[in-house]
Amino acid sequence: MGGMRTAGDLVARMQMTRRMRLKEAKAYVADKLGCGVRDLSDPIAMEQIRSEKGLGLLPHTSAVRPGDAGMIEAKFNIARTLDIPINCVERFKERTGVTTAAGV
Amino acid sequence: MGDGSLVEMTRSEIKADLEEGTQLAAKRAKVEPLTQDELDHLLDIYASSARFTAVDIGDEVIMSNDGTGTKHIGNRVQDLQTYEQVVGIDMVELWQIDYSYKAVKTNVAHEGQSMKIAQMLCTNPVQYGAMPDLGRYSKPDGPIDNWSELLPLMKVDEARAAQLDACDMLVNDINFVADHMIEAGADGIDMDTTGAAGDADFLAGLTACRMLRERYPDLGIEIGMASEFVLGMHGQLEFDGERLAGMWPKDQVRMVQAAGASIYGPAVNINTGKSTAWNIARAMTFIKPAAEIAEIPVHVNVGMGVGGVPTCVYPPADATSRASKAFVEILKIDGY
Repeated sequence: MGGMRTAGDLVARMQMTRRMRLKEAKAYVADKLGCGVRDLSDPIAMEQIRSEKGLGLLPHTSAVRPGDAGMIEAKFNIARTLDIPINCVERFKERTGVTTAAGV
Repeated sequence: MGDGSLVEMTRSEIKADLEEGTQLAAKRAKVEPLTQDELDHLLDIYASSARFTAVDIGDEVIMSNDGTGTKHIGNRVQDLQTYEQVVGIDMVELWQIDYSYKAVKTNVAHEGQSMKIAQMLCTNPVQYGAMPDLGRYSKPDGPIDNWSELLPLMKVDEARAAQLDACDMLVNDINFVADHMIEAGADGIDMDTTGAAGDADFLAGLTACRMLRERYPDLGIEIGMASEFVLGMHGQLEFDGERLAGMWPKDQVRMVQAAGASIYGPAVNINTGKSTAWNIARAMTFIKPAAEIAEIPVHVNVGMGVGGVPTCVYPPADATSRASKAFVEILKIDGY
Protein backbone atom coordinates (compact mmCIF):
# COMPACT_ATOMS: atom_id res chain seq x y z
CA MET A 1 0.00 0.00 0.00
CA GLY A 2 2.97 2.29 0.42
CA GLY A 3 3.72 1.75 4.09
CA MET A 4 4.32 4.98 5.99
CA ARG A 5 4.07 7.00 2.77
CA THR A 6 0.38 6.22 3.04
CA ALA A 7 -1.63 4.26 5.63
CA GLY A 8 -0.16 0.85 4.78
CA ASP A 9 1.35 0.30 8.22
CA LEU A 10 -1.97 1.17 9.87
CA VAL A 11 -4.02 -1.22 7.74
CA ALA A 12 -1.37 -3.90 8.30
CA ARG A 13 -1.79 -3.49 12.07
CA MET A 14 -5.51 -4.23 11.78
CA GLN A 15 -4.79 -7.38 9.78
CA MET A 16 -2.28 -8.51 12.39
CA THR A 17 -4.03 -7.65 15.64
CA ARG A 18 -7.68 -8.04 14.66
CA ARG A 19 -7.36 -10.58 11.83
CA MET A 20 -9.36 -8.28 9.54
CA ARG A 21 -9.45 -8.94 5.82
CA LEU A 22 -8.35 -6.05 3.63
CA LYS A 23 -11.69 -4.40 2.92
CA GLU A 24 -12.70 -4.43 6.59
CA ALA A 25 -9.27 -3.24 7.72
CA LYS A 26 -9.28 -0.30 5.31
CA ALA A 27 -12.79 0.72 6.34
CA TYR A 28 -11.84 0.54 10.03
CA VAL A 29 -8.72 2.68 9.59
CA ALA A 30 -10.54 5.23 7.42
CA ASP A 31 -13.24 5.54 10.07
CA LYS A 32 -10.69 6.07 12.83
CA LEU A 33 -8.81 8.66 10.78
CA GLY A 34 -11.99 10.40 9.65
CA CYS A 35 -11.13 10.13 5.97
CA GLY A 36 -12.22 8.19 2.90
CA VAL A 37 -10.92 4.72 2.09
CA ARG A 38 -9.34 6.06 -1.07
CA ASP A 39 -7.32 8.57 0.97
CA LEU A 40 -5.51 5.70 2.68
CA SER A 41 -3.28 5.04 -0.33
CA ASP A 42 -2.90 8.71 -1.30
CA PRO A 43 0.49 9.96 -0.04
CA ILE A 44 -0.60 13.60 -0.25
CA ALA A 45 -3.73 13.13 1.86
CA MET A 46 -1.95 10.85 4.31
CA GLU A 47 0.98 13.20 4.85
CA GLN A 48 -1.46 15.77 6.19
CA ILE A 49 -3.47 13.29 8.25
CA ARG A 50 -0.38 11.64 9.72
CA SER A 51 1.10 15.00 10.58
CA GLU A 52 -2.07 16.23 12.29
CA LYS A 53 -2.47 13.04 14.34
CA GLY A 54 1.22 12.41 15.04
CA LEU A 55 1.30 9.03 13.32
CA GLY A 56 4.84 9.32 11.99
CA LEU A 57 6.25 10.73 8.77
CA LEU A 58 9.17 9.85 6.54
CA PRO A 59 12.05 12.28 7.11
CA HIS A 60 13.15 13.69 3.75
CA THR A 61 16.00 16.01 2.90
CA SER A 62 13.49 18.74 2.20
CA ALA A 63 11.05 17.92 5.00
CA VAL A 64 12.64 16.91 8.28
CA ARG A 65 10.43 17.54 11.30
CA PRO A 66 12.26 16.56 14.48
CA GLY A 67 9.53 18.23 16.53
CA ASP A 68 6.89 15.79 15.27
CA ALA A 69 6.20 12.36 16.75
CA GLY A 70 8.25 9.63 15.10
CA MET A 71 9.11 5.96 15.55
CA ILE A 72 8.26 4.77 19.10
CA GLU A 73 6.60 8.13 19.83
CA ALA A 74 4.33 7.79 16.81
CA LYS A 75 3.33 4.28 17.88
CA PHE A 76 1.82 5.65 21.09
CA ASN A 77 -0.43 7.82 18.91
CA ILE A 78 -1.18 5.00 16.47
CA ALA A 79 -2.28 2.75 19.35
CA ARG A 80 -4.63 5.43 20.65
CA THR A 81 -5.98 6.42 17.23
CA LEU A 82 -6.68 2.85 16.10
CA ASP A 83 -7.76 1.71 19.58
CA ILE A 84 -5.47 -1.31 19.54
CA PRO A 85 -2.65 -2.40 21.85
CA ILE A 86 0.83 -2.18 20.33
CA ASN A 87 3.17 -4.58 22.06
CA CYS A 88 6.27 -2.39 22.24
CA VAL A 89 4.20 0.57 23.46
CA GLU A 90 2.78 -1.54 26.27
CA ARG A 91 6.32 -2.71 27.17
CA PHE A 92 7.56 0.88 27.08
CA LYS A 93 4.86 2.02 29.51
CA GLU A 94 5.44 -0.98 31.77
CA ARG A 95 9.21 -0.48 31.94
CA THR A 96 9.18 3.28 32.37
CA GLY A 97 6.21 3.55 34.66
CA VAL A 98 4.51 5.77 32.10
CA THR A 99 0.78 5.18 31.97
CA THR A 100 -0.74 8.43 30.85
CA ALA A 101 1.88 10.32 28.83
CA ALA A 102 -0.06 9.87 25.61
CA GLY A 103 -3.37 9.12 27.22
CA VAL A 104 -3.10 5.49 26.09
CA MET B 1 9.35 -18.38 -18.56
CA GLY B 2 9.41 -19.99 -15.13
CA ASP B 3 13.22 -19.82 -15.12
CA GLY B 4 13.16 -16.09 -15.86
CA SER B 5 14.27 -16.31 -19.49
CA LEU B 6 12.62 -13.90 -21.92
CA VAL B 7 10.54 -15.45 -24.70
CA GLU B 8 8.16 -14.06 -27.28
CA MET B 9 4.72 -15.64 -27.43
CA THR B 10 1.65 -14.90 -29.51
CA ARG B 11 -1.64 -14.02 -27.81
CA SER B 12 -3.03 -17.42 -28.79
CA GLU B 13 -0.01 -19.22 -27.33
CA ILE B 14 -0.46 -17.38 -24.03
CA LYS B 15 -4.17 -18.22 -24.07
CA ALA B 16 -3.39 -21.90 -24.61
CA ASP B 17 -0.92 -21.91 -21.71
CA LEU B 18 -3.44 -20.25 -19.38
CA GLU B 19 -6.04 -22.85 -20.23
CA GLU B 20 -3.62 -25.75 -19.82
CA GLY B 21 -2.36 -24.41 -16.48
CA THR B 22 -5.81 -24.06 -14.95
CA GLN B 23 -7.09 -27.39 -16.26
CA LEU B 24 -4.08 -29.25 -14.92
CA ALA B 25 -4.39 -27.66 -11.47
CA ALA B 26 -8.14 -28.22 -11.32
CA LYS B 27 -7.67 -31.90 -12.02
CA ARG B 28 -4.80 -32.25 -9.55
CA ALA B 29 -6.49 -30.48 -6.61
CA LYS B 30 -10.05 -31.49 -7.49
CA VAL B 31 -11.23 -27.88 -7.69
CA GLU B 32 -12.98 -25.82 -10.35
CA PRO B 33 -10.85 -24.33 -13.14
CA LEU B 34 -10.78 -20.57 -13.55
CA THR B 35 -13.84 -19.15 -15.30
CA GLN B 36 -13.70 -17.81 -18.85
CA ASP B 37 -13.94 -14.23 -17.54
CA GLU B 38 -10.98 -14.85 -15.24
CA LEU B 39 -8.94 -16.40 -18.05
CA ASP B 40 -9.77 -13.44 -20.31
CA HIS B 41 -8.64 -11.06 -17.55
CA LEU B 42 -5.40 -13.01 -17.15
CA LEU B 43 -4.86 -12.94 -20.91
CA ASP B 44 -5.14 -9.15 -20.95
CA ILE B 45 -2.55 -8.91 -18.16
CA TYR B 46 -0.11 -11.43 -19.65
CA ALA B 47 -0.43 -10.40 -23.31
CA SER B 48 0.61 -6.85 -22.47
CA SER B 49 4.05 -5.79 -23.64
CA ALA B 50 4.46 -3.39 -20.68
CA ARG B 51 7.58 -3.79 -18.55
CA PHE B 52 5.55 -2.92 -15.45
CA THR B 53 1.86 -3.15 -14.66
CA ALA B 54 -0.17 -2.35 -11.54
CA VAL B 55 -3.56 -2.44 -9.87
CA ASP B 56 -5.96 0.50 -10.07
CA ILE B 57 -5.63 3.42 -7.63
CA GLY B 58 -7.37 2.44 -4.40
CA ASP B 59 -6.89 -1.31 -4.87
CA GLU B 60 -3.47 -1.49 -3.24
CA VAL B 61 -2.85 -4.36 -0.81
CA ILE B 62 -0.55 -4.97 2.16
CA MET B 63 3.01 -6.21 1.68
CA SER B 64 4.12 -8.32 4.62
CA ASN B 65 7.56 -8.90 3.12
CA ASP B 66 8.92 -11.88 5.00
CA GLY B 67 12.71 -11.91 5.04
CA THR B 68 12.95 -8.13 4.80
CA GLY B 69 16.19 -6.70 3.47
CA THR B 70 19.34 -8.22 2.10
CA LYS B 71 21.50 -8.43 5.24
CA HIS B 72 24.21 -6.72 3.24
CA ILE B 73 23.23 -3.07 3.61
CA GLY B 74 24.58 -1.82 6.92
CA ASN B 75 23.04 -3.82 9.75
CA ARG B 76 19.72 -5.62 9.92
CA VAL B 77 17.83 -2.82 11.65
CA GLN B 78 19.07 -0.40 8.97
CA ASP B 79 17.68 -2.88 6.43
CA LEU B 80 14.28 -2.65 8.12
CA GLN B 81 14.44 1.15 8.16
CA THR B 82 15.40 1.20 4.48
CA TYR B 83 12.45 -0.99 3.58
CA GLU B 84 10.13 1.15 5.71
CA GLN B 85 11.34 4.56 4.59
CA VAL B 86 12.65 4.03 1.07
CA VAL B 87 10.83 1.01 -0.32
CA GLY B 88 7.46 1.76 1.32
CA ILE B 89 6.81 -1.71 2.71
CA ASP B 90 3.80 -2.07 5.04
CA MET B 91 5.21 -4.63 7.49
CA VAL B 92 8.85 -5.56 7.99
CA GLU B 93 10.38 -8.71 9.39
CA LEU B 94 13.50 -9.18 11.47
CA TRP B 95 15.24 -12.46 10.66
CA GLN B 96 18.63 -14.10 10.73
CA ILE B 97 20.40 -15.82 7.86
CA ASP B 98 20.03 -19.28 9.44
CA TYR B 99 16.25 -18.99 9.02
CA SER B 100 15.15 -21.70 11.45
CA TYR B 101 13.60 -21.53 14.93
CA LYS B 102 16.00 -24.22 16.13
CA ALA B 103 18.98 -22.10 15.06
CA VAL B 104 17.52 -18.89 16.49
CA LYS B 105 16.98 -20.52 19.87
CA THR B 106 20.72 -20.64 20.55
CA ASN B 107 21.05 -16.91 19.88
CA VAL B 108 17.70 -15.70 21.14
CA ALA B 109 18.91 -13.00 23.54
CA HIS B 110 20.85 -11.23 20.78
CA GLU B 111 17.95 -11.59 18.37
CA GLY B 112 15.67 -10.13 21.03
CA GLN B 113 18.02 -7.16 21.52
CA SER B 114 17.93 -6.48 17.78
CA MET B 115 14.12 -6.64 17.91
CA LYS B 116 14.06 -4.16 20.80
CA ILE B 117 16.26 -1.71 18.86
CA ALA B 118 14.12 -2.18 15.75
CA GLN B 119 10.98 -1.41 17.74
CA MET B 120 12.47 1.84 18.99
CA LEU B 121 13.44 2.95 15.48
CA CYS B 122 10.63 1.69 13.25
CA THR B 123 7.05 2.93 13.01
CA ASN B 124 5.94 -0.01 10.86
CA PRO B 125 4.87 -3.27 12.47
CA VAL B 126 7.96 -5.45 12.95
CA GLN B 127 7.48 -9.19 13.11
CA TYR B 128 10.06 -11.91 13.73
CA GLY B 129 10.29 -14.71 11.21
CA ALA B 130 11.92 -18.09 10.72
CA MET B 131 11.07 -21.51 9.31
CA PRO B 132 9.67 -24.31 11.48
CA ASP B 133 12.17 -26.53 9.59
CA LEU B 134 11.36 -29.90 11.19
CA GLY B 135 14.17 -31.70 9.34
CA ARG B 136 16.72 -29.92 11.56
CA TYR B 137 15.76 -32.20 14.43
CA SER B 138 16.77 -35.42 12.65
CA LYS B 139 20.26 -36.91 12.54
CA PRO B 140 22.88 -35.78 11.67
CA ASP B 141 21.66 -32.21 12.37
CA GLY B 142 19.56 -33.12 15.39
CA PRO B 143 19.13 -35.82 18.04
CA ILE B 144 16.28 -37.78 16.47
CA ASP B 145 16.52 -40.78 14.12
CA ASN B 146 16.17 -39.64 10.53
CA TRP B 147 12.76 -40.63 9.20
CA SER B 148 13.97 -40.24 5.62
CA GLU B 149 16.45 -43.03 6.32
CA LEU B 150 13.97 -45.15 8.30
CA LEU B 151 11.24 -45.11 5.63
CA PRO B 152 13.30 -46.81 2.86
CA LEU B 153 14.09 -49.54 5.41
CA MET B 154 10.33 -50.06 5.85
CA LYS B 155 10.58 -48.96 9.48
CA VAL B 156 7.33 -47.04 9.15
CA ASP B 157 6.36 -47.05 12.83
CA GLU B 158 9.80 -45.85 13.85
CA ALA B 159 9.74 -43.13 11.20
CA ARG B 160 6.37 -41.92 12.42
CA ALA B 161 7.47 -41.93 16.06
CA ALA B 162 10.59 -39.96 15.15
CA GLN B 163 8.52 -37.27 13.44
CA LEU B 164 6.28 -36.92 16.48
CA ASP B 165 9.31 -36.54 18.75
CA ALA B 166 10.71 -33.89 16.43
CA CYS B 167 7.33 -32.16 16.30
CA ASP B 168 7.27 -31.82 20.09
CA MET B 169 10.76 -30.30 20.13
CA LEU B 170 9.88 -27.88 17.35
CA VAL B 171 6.71 -26.70 19.08
CA ASN B 172 8.75 -25.97 22.20
CA ASP B 173 11.39 -24.07 20.21
CA ILE B 174 8.85 -21.90 18.36
CA ASN B 175 7.21 -21.01 21.68
CA PHE B 176 10.59 -20.33 23.29
CA VAL B 177 11.73 -17.98 20.53
CA ALA B 178 8.33 -16.30 20.24
CA ASP B 179 8.16 -15.61 23.98
CA HIS B 180 11.52 -13.85 23.86
CA MET B 181 10.67 -11.82 20.77
CA ILE B 182 7.35 -10.72 22.23
CA GLU B 183 9.13 -9.74 25.44
CA ALA B 184 11.39 -7.59 23.24
CA GLY B 185 8.37 -5.90 21.66
CA ALA B 186 7.65 -7.90 18.47
CA ASP B 187 4.35 -7.12 16.77
CA GLY B 188 4.09 -10.55 15.23
CA ILE B 189 5.59 -13.98 14.67
CA ASP B 190 5.98 -15.44 11.18
CA MET B 191 6.26 -19.17 10.57
CA ASP B 192 7.59 -19.14 7.05
CA THR B 193 7.75 -22.13 4.69
CA THR B 194 5.57 -24.19 7.02
CA GLY B 195 5.06 -27.80 5.96
CA ALA B 196 8.41 -28.00 4.17
CA ALA B 197 9.10 -31.34 5.87
CA GLY B 198 5.54 -32.59 5.47
CA ASP B 199 2.50 -33.03 7.68
CA ALA B 200 4.43 -33.16 10.98
CA ASP B 201 6.04 -29.83 10.11
CA PHE B 202 2.60 -28.35 9.42
CA LEU B 203 1.21 -29.83 12.65
CA ALA B 204 4.01 -28.23 14.66
CA GLY B 205 3.23 -24.83 13.13
CA LEU B 206 -0.47 -25.14 13.84
CA THR B 207 0.08 -26.38 17.39
CA ALA B 208 2.55 -23.62 18.23
CA CYS B 209 0.19 -21.05 16.69
CA ARG B 210 -2.71 -22.17 18.88
CA MET B 211 -0.53 -22.05 21.99
CA LEU B 212 0.71 -18.55 21.14
CA ARG B 213 -2.81 -17.29 20.42
CA GLU B 214 -3.99 -18.48 23.84
CA ARG B 215 -1.22 -16.49 25.54
CA TYR B 216 -1.17 -13.45 23.23
CA PRO B 217 -4.64 -12.55 21.93
CA ASP B 218 -3.45 -9.45 20.04
CA LEU B 219 -0.29 -10.91 18.51
CA GLY B 220 0.15 -10.99 14.74
CA ILE B 221 0.77 -14.59 13.67
CA GLU B 222 1.51 -15.38 10.04
CA ILE B 223 1.69 -18.93 8.73
CA GLY B 224 3.21 -19.07 5.27
CA MET B 225 3.29 -22.39 3.49
CA ALA B 226 6.14 -24.20 1.75
CA SER B 227 4.11 -25.48 -1.19
CA GLU B 228 0.64 -26.06 -2.56
CA PHE B 229 0.39 -29.57 -1.14
CA VAL B 230 1.11 -30.95 2.34
CA LEU B 231 3.29 -34.02 1.94
CA GLY B 232 2.31 -37.07 3.99
CA MET B 233 5.71 -37.92 5.42
CA HIS B 234 3.85 -39.27 8.46
CA GLY B 235 0.50 -39.73 6.77
CA GLN B 236 -1.80 -40.07 9.78
CA LEU B 237 -1.42 -36.78 11.63
CA GLU B 238 -4.55 -34.76 12.36
CA PHE B 239 -5.39 -31.27 13.61
CA ASP B 240 -8.87 -30.77 15.03
CA GLY B 241 -9.74 -34.24 13.74
CA GLU B 242 -8.71 -33.56 10.14
CA ARG B 243 -5.92 -35.38 8.36
CA LEU B 244 -3.20 -32.94 7.31
CA ALA B 245 -1.46 -35.03 4.66
CA GLY B 246 -2.67 -34.16 1.19
CA MET B 247 -4.19 -30.80 2.08
CA TRP B 248 -4.40 -28.18 -0.67
CA PRO B 249 -4.81 -24.44 0.02
CA LYS B 250 -8.61 -24.64 0.45
CA ASP B 251 -8.09 -26.95 3.44
CA GLN B 252 -4.82 -25.43 4.64
CA VAL B 253 -6.53 -22.08 5.21
CA ARG B 254 -9.24 -23.64 7.38
CA MET B 255 -6.60 -25.22 9.61
CA VAL B 256 -4.53 -22.05 9.82
CA GLN B 257 -7.46 -19.88 10.85
CA ALA B 258 -8.72 -22.53 13.30
CA ALA B 259 -5.29 -22.46 14.94
CA GLY B 260 -5.72 -18.72 15.49
CA ALA B 261 -3.33 -17.25 12.92
CA SER B 262 -3.78 -13.68 11.71
CA ILE B 263 -2.51 -14.22 8.17
CA TYR B 264 -2.39 -17.25 5.85
CA GLY B 265 0.28 -17.36 3.16
CA PRO B 266 -0.38 -19.90 0.42
CA ALA B 267 2.57 -20.93 -1.73
CA VAL B 268 2.50 -22.56 -5.17
CA ASN B 269 5.85 -23.52 -6.60
CA ILE B 270 6.97 -22.69 -10.14
CA ASN B 271 7.50 -25.11 -13.00
CA THR B 272 10.64 -23.59 -14.53
CA GLY B 273 10.05 -25.22 -17.91
CA LYS B 274 6.66 -23.58 -18.42
CA SER B 275 5.67 -19.99 -19.16
CA THR B 276 4.69 -17.54 -16.44
CA ALA B 277 1.19 -17.54 -17.96
CA TRP B 278 0.93 -21.30 -17.48
CA ASN B 279 2.27 -20.97 -13.93
CA ILE B 280 -0.03 -18.11 -12.86
CA ALA B 281 -3.13 -19.95 -14.09
CA ARG B 282 -2.06 -23.04 -12.20
CA ALA B 283 -1.25 -21.10 -9.00
CA MET B 284 -4.49 -19.13 -9.05
CA THR B 285 -6.56 -22.26 -9.56
CA PHE B 286 -5.05 -23.85 -6.46
CA ILE B 287 -5.47 -20.72 -4.31
CA LYS B 288 -8.87 -19.44 -5.51
CA PRO B 289 -10.98 -21.73 -3.25
CA ALA B 290 -8.93 -20.63 -0.22
CA ALA B 291 -9.29 -16.93 -1.01
CA GLU B 292 -13.05 -17.38 -1.36
CA ILE B 293 -13.62 -18.98 2.05
CA ALA B 294 -10.89 -17.27 4.10
CA GLU B 295 -12.01 -15.35 7.19
CA ILE B 296 -8.48 -14.04 7.82
CA PRO B 297 -6.19 -12.07 5.49
CA VAL B 298 -4.60 -14.08 2.67
CA HIS B 299 -1.06 -12.98 1.76
CA VAL B 300 -0.03 -15.05 -1.25
CA ASN B 301 3.67 -15.85 -1.56
CA VAL B 302 4.49 -13.92 -4.74
CA GLY B 303 8.26 -14.05 -4.94
CA MET B 304 11.23 -15.82 -6.36
CA GLY B 305 10.04 -19.30 -7.41
CA VAL B 306 6.48 -19.11 -6.09
CA GLY B 307 3.17 -17.53 -7.04
CA GLY B 308 3.84 -17.14 -10.75
CA VAL B 309 7.21 -15.41 -10.25
CA PRO B 310 10.20 -17.07 -11.98
CA THR B 311 12.89 -18.98 -10.12
CA CYS B 312 15.88 -16.71 -10.63
CA VAL B 313 17.98 -14.34 -8.55
CA TYR B 314 16.57 -11.16 -10.10
CA PRO B 315 12.93 -11.79 -11.06
CA PRO B 316 11.94 -9.48 -13.96
CA ALA B 317 9.61 -6.65 -12.93
CA ASP B 318 7.10 -7.52 -15.64
CA ALA B 319 6.71 -11.02 -14.15
CA THR B 320 6.41 -9.88 -10.54
CA SER B 321 4.00 -7.04 -11.28
CA ARG B 322 1.76 -9.13 -13.56
CA ALA B 323 1.49 -11.86 -10.94
CA SER B 324 0.68 -9.31 -8.22
CA LYS B 325 -1.98 -7.60 -10.34
CA ALA B 326 -3.54 -10.94 -11.25
CA PHE B 327 -3.84 -12.12 -7.65
CA VAL B 328 -5.24 -8.81 -6.42
CA GLU B 329 -7.75 -8.19 -9.20
CA ILE B 330 -9.01 -11.73 -9.73
CA LEU B 331 -8.68 -13.45 -6.33
CA LYS B 332 -9.12 -10.29 -4.22
CA ILE B 333 -6.24 -11.23 -1.95
CA ASP B 334 -5.38 -9.11 1.10
CA GLY B 335 -1.66 -8.88 0.61
CA TYR B 336 1.47 -10.65 -0.50
